[in-house]
Amino acid sequence: MKLYYRTLRDLPREELFAPGHRMCAGCGAAIAMRWITKTVGPNAIIVNATGCVEVTTTPYPETAWMHPYIHVAFENSAAVASGVEAAIKTLKRKGMWDAGDTKVVVIAGDGGTYDIGLQSLSGMLERRHGVLYILYDNEAYMNTGIQRSGSTPKFAWTTTTPVGTAIRGKIQWKKDIMGIVMAHRVPYAATASVAYVLDMVNKIKTALEYTAEGPTFLHIFTPCVPGWRYPENKTVEVARLAVETGYFPLYEWDHGKLILNPPSNNHIDKSRRKPLKEYLKLQGRFAHLTEEEITELEKELDAYWQYLAKLAQL
Amino acid sequence: MQIQEVKHKEALTSNYAVAYAVKAADVDVIAVYPITPQTTIVEKLAEFVANGELNAELIHVESEHSALSAVVGASATGARVFTATSSQGLEYAHEILHIASALRLPIVMAVPARALSAPISIHGDYSDVMNARDTGWVIYIVASAQEAYDTIIQAYRLAESVYLPVMVAYDGFLMSHTVEPVELNDESEVRKFLPRQIRPYTLNPKRPVTMGPLASPDWYYEFKYQQVLALREAYKVAKEVDVAYGSKFGRSYGVVETYKIEDADYALVTYGGAAYGNARIAADRAREKGIAAGVIRVRLYRPFPTLEILKALEGVKAFAVVDRAIMFGSPAEGPLYKDIATAMYMNGIDKPAINIIHGIGQRTIYVEDLYKVYTMLKDRPGKEVVFMGVRI
Repeated sequence: MKLYYRTLRDLPREELFAPGHRMCAGCGAAIAMRWITKTVGPNAIIVNATGCVEVTTTPYPETAWMHPYIHVAFENSAAVASGVEAAIKTLKRKGMWDAGDTKVVVIAGDGGTYDIGLQSLSGMLERRHGVLYILYDNEAYMNTGIQRSGSTPKFAWTTTTPVGTAIRGKIQWKKDIMGIVMAHRVPYAATASVAYVLDMVNKIKTALEYTAEGPTFLHIFTPCVPGWRYPENKTVEVARLAVETGYFPLYEWDHGKLILNPPSNNHIDKSRRKPLKEYLKLQGRFAHLTEEEITELEKELDAYWQYLAKLAQL
Repeated sequence: MQIQEVKHKEALTSNYAVAYAVKAADVDVIAVYPITPQTTIVEKLAEFVANGELNAELIHVESEHSALSAVVGASATGARVFTATSSQGLEYAHEILHIASALRLPIVMAVPARALSAPISIHGDYSDVMNARDTGWVIYIVASAQEAYDTIIQAYRLAESVYLPVMVAYDGFLMSHTVEPVELNDESEVRKFLPRQIRPYTLNPKRPVTMGPLASPDWYYEFKYQQVLALREAYKVAKEVDVAYGSKFGRSYGVVETYKIEDADYALVTYGGAAYGNARIAADRAREKGIAAGVIRVRLYRPFPTLEILKALEGVKAFAVVDRAIMFGSPAEGPLYKDIATAMYMNGIDKPAINIIHGIGQRTIYVEDLYKVYTMLKDRPGKEVVFMGVRI
């Protein structure tokens, strides 16, 4: 990660995400959108997949977007962005583009990325379009009312993985989207959290600059008040605990090298992580978890950290 | 002594003719995905780009859904775009058909028409196109390689005038893979016919707009009604473009083409190459036997040329519509028949009209079959649906 912003005072002042949108109080994605739009600056085209952010920011005849913005469908934001990028390229070549070095940025939720949009994402990464793809991960289909996605963690309650007597929450593990993206040999991919704004904006800027080489990817962790069932003033706290407990490690993949970022760079040593329970207990979606289930989650998390440790040594 | 002007002619399949027209139109972005019988179009375009004859970006998408999505993105950014598909590919992209027309994007797409699964059939009929007929696209169904070439060029002028996507369809295999002589226009003249205009609303940071927002019940309907108006406008403009093209390049087709209809008692109404060519020979044969036969071909299928069709049918005693697609469970299973029946009912006209379904999955339509239709019209004119050429 290149350091573009060293302190909070360095952060961009210009607001490009208008107030008055319909996002929930305490929405993690709303925090991410504000910093994404500020950091990418005005010379960018935003391609948004269907999802929470899309429906809450574009209620016709109003819009929260000061950027040129397009929403087409749920599963194709990467394909649409491929077209936008290709159009700018040709129009520039033919002397018909008057806006200079315009960046293309995709914003998509976990459903539109892990599940229905995975194919178009893979196609875009394989073709190496110069696009920054930002995934805001709230770990379920929150727009349609909290249904599980490929990103929902194991045992989490959602409306389609209810906690019953026979089955208690989601059965499967969360899909490793970063692993899938890294396997496409992109120049840059990174995780970020709305609780670590400086880290996040520097990664956004770095990923944006690297689009000159090819596609880049950001996985931003954005807690969801109604879906995760925590009080609306706890969003940043939940997001921070996700990092501090090792549940959501902060790292970047820069040209084949994995680098853990603070505070996650200390977390290979498990004793330096806070207990996972501290993160889980804040959220209603994990309220039903037994000690054994928490132990199972911890075991899986340890295995994930071993995998990350190996990658970091490469 | 008269000096004959030597025109540039090539032996081309309809697919190649389309590719040549796309090159002449100086398209900026092309989405490429293979599907039979469309594939040779994008292969030819890839050759043009590889040889530096066409200055365009090819996007080698991973599906037809992404193909249409990518050209939606490119068109929204202000580029002139092209893609092509057939059959399952068109079905797969169906969702985006609605979005492309509702976003009012001047996309041009070629569709060599093909049957739908199951069972899988790579061969030609119009099931795919007919399933796309109510998506807000302008749809041409052309009948020769020359017409495919000319119509693609007309399509860009029309699309960029009314801000609607245009589909140019023709017979899979029977046209997409058969060679005909095609007269090619001078490319610089085509570019003069298709001047580059900056559209008022594109994705540009200098003039930011939000495209594809959420509309609640107090707004959505107005958007849809505007699409209705746009298609009505397209009906008028399509005719103007055809006339303008004719006066510049010497070839025009009208929205409905007729053959020996002026004094006909009995008419076949159809679309596409095979049915139209065979129908004209069948009409000639019927005339030899003393039946006053004529043919009507619907070239512009959406928006529907109601007036022209009713005018062409004015003098006939009875007619048959030869459909090459099945709309399962409909009052009459032929899509064009339903459209003409509606047009006649709304205009207070009642005539014997038979709906022939034929050529499904490229089942051969013999001239003899269509000749028989004329004798049916003469001997027992009525209203019925006849599945012709099928083993019952």
